[in-house]
Amino acid sequence: MRTEPPLPEACADNGRTPASEHAFRLLCRAAAVTVAGFLLAVFVVLAVNAAPALAAFGPGFLTTQVWNPVTERFGAVAPIFGTLITSLIAMLVGVPLAVGSALFLTEICPHRLRTSLIVGVELLAAVPSIIYGMWGLLVFAPFLANHVQPFLIDRLGPLPLLGALFQGPPFGIGTLTAGLILGLMVLPFIASVACQVFFAIDPFLREAAYGVGATTWEVCRNVLMPQGRAGLLGASMLGLGRALGETMAVTFVIGNAHRVSASLFAPGTTISASLANEFTEAVGDLYLSSLQALGLILFVITFVVLALARLMLRHIEKGDAR
Amino acid sequence: MSRTDRFALSARRRWRNRILMGLCGGAAATALLALALILWRLILGGGAALSWDILRLTTPPPGSKGGLLNPILGSLAMSGAGIAAAAPLGVLAGTYLAEYGRHERLAHAIRFINDILLSAPSIIIGLFVYSLMVVPMGHFSGWAGALALALVAVPVIVRTTEDVLRLVPASLREAAVALGIPYWRFIVSVAWRSARVGILTGILLAVARISGETAPLLFTALNNQFLSSSMNAPTASLPVVIFQFAMSPYADWQELAWAGALLISASVLLLNICARFLARRRR
Repeated sequence: MRTEPPLPEACADNGRTPASEHAFRLLCRAAAVTVAGFLLAVFVVLAVNAAPALAAFGPGFLTTQVWNPVTERFGAVAPIFGTLITSLIAMLVGVPLAVGSALFLTEICPHRLRTSLIVGVELLAAVPSIIYGMWGLLVFAPFLANHVQPFLIDRLGPLPLLGALFQGPPFGIGTLTAGLILGLMVLPFIASVACQVFFAIDPFLREAAYGVGATTWEVCRNVLMPQGRAGLLGASMLGLGRALGETMAVTFVIGNAHRVSASLFAPGTTISASLANEFTEAVGDLYLSSLQALGLILFVITFVVLALARLMLRHIEKGDAR
Repeated sequence: MSRTDRFALSARRRWRNRILMGLCGGAAATALLALALILWRLILGGGAALSWDILRLTTPPPGSKGGLLNPILGSLAMSGAGIAAAAPLGVLAGTYLAEYGRHERLAHAIRFINDILLSAPSIIIGLFVYSLMVVPMGHFSGWAGALALALVAVPVIVRTTEDVLRLVPASLREAAVALGIPYWRFIVSVAWRSARVGILTGILLAVARISGETAPLLFTALNNQFLSSSMNAPTASLPVVIFQFAMSPYADWQELAWAGALLISASVLLLNICARFLARRRR
């Protein structure tokens, strides 16, 4: 068992603390406060810049779909809808694949392969998102347009209700493609955190379950998943935070159309894609302010999601000595 | 109950186990296959377009020969300036979290905020720096890009610095305290020195993180078609040029984009591998 290391006070507060000690301590604390201050500064700057648009459109900004730079009428429904729907698709694709991969890597993968595969997954999580976006535009979208979408439109399009999701021309780019690319991008990210979650579970629990004759699946289902539930939720929320704010992987393949359509094949937009596509070319104060208001909305949404993720992951990081 | 019944039950459990664990293996295989496809296409597309001209010539107009000299230099300059600003701030803040703030409320709050900054959308950082620097200065500039990259890098450095400083053995602390030196001397001459490889690892990871970032540069450094020696002017960067070229309809621009994408991915992966290697040697 490790003893608690001595505190700085042990050698500093003995009545003759040198001035250099005070100065250094102040310097470190100032640096830390500055870092935390960034978050507040970002919020304040965004809020101030967004204020004209929010004042001009009021709560209607959140409920109208019009996005017309010529008449200077702006509403955030289409980008918010696009952000949420692409992230939802990303989660539906990414989370099961990531958790399945993590179970495979931690529970059944041979030891010799395990380390290198986990390192591989972690390296993939570091690949810049622009690579995913570019691959999505130049390789994946044409593939979908030529081979997958016509088939889905023929088969699923005529269905009642559900069919509305699969109608329209097979462009290749659109909401579905953006969601799939996002899912692929957050996959290694969620998987590597999920591996940590499973590794952090007390090995005695696992051994006890195997000892009473449980199969590997039963150990996963009845021991690992319930034990790691908060951690897995945190990992998914962390991935969701990434997906909501991701710019490059989406901007390439979303099509940038400010409208809400039922079809997953139709082009749409997200908050980050609108910003990336329009911000440098926006003319007029109200236009710029509306885009900043979009940024503010994204900031608030991701802040809430990431804060929840961190709260759920907190106890794992405490128990995790690595 | 006869023995065969018990075995029948266990056969069902065995099959359920096989099917579901097979699905897990399938998930891993699907994930690895998809990601391998991306890397394969990247190597194929980038490898074909790679030549010495990439390093010698600047970005061309469509239809003529060119390279990526100006975005490569721009990326190096902005990442370098960004890291130079982020490293001292990040290391000092990480030191506060690991040493002085160990039992302070403030430190908990700052750690929480830093963890959120760690995965906050980088395009928001771009918006922030746009209002902070581009609007007052009246033009896009490489310095604004460097500042945006620095803001992305700081949380990474804070986090890793705190983590490695916590690994400094208690016996070293006790020895230093027993000598009666001020605590800051312990931090500078003992803690930082024994954790320097770890701190360097964190800085390398931060470099890897920012060298692939595109979104914070879009509204800050913008882009520049020409070679420019001034960071005060709009500055080209590899990721932004890849974005512009890959979205264009010109085949030769798309080829250059693949080459740039390969360069970036290779350097990011190399930096990550170096960081891992250093981290392993430390233990």
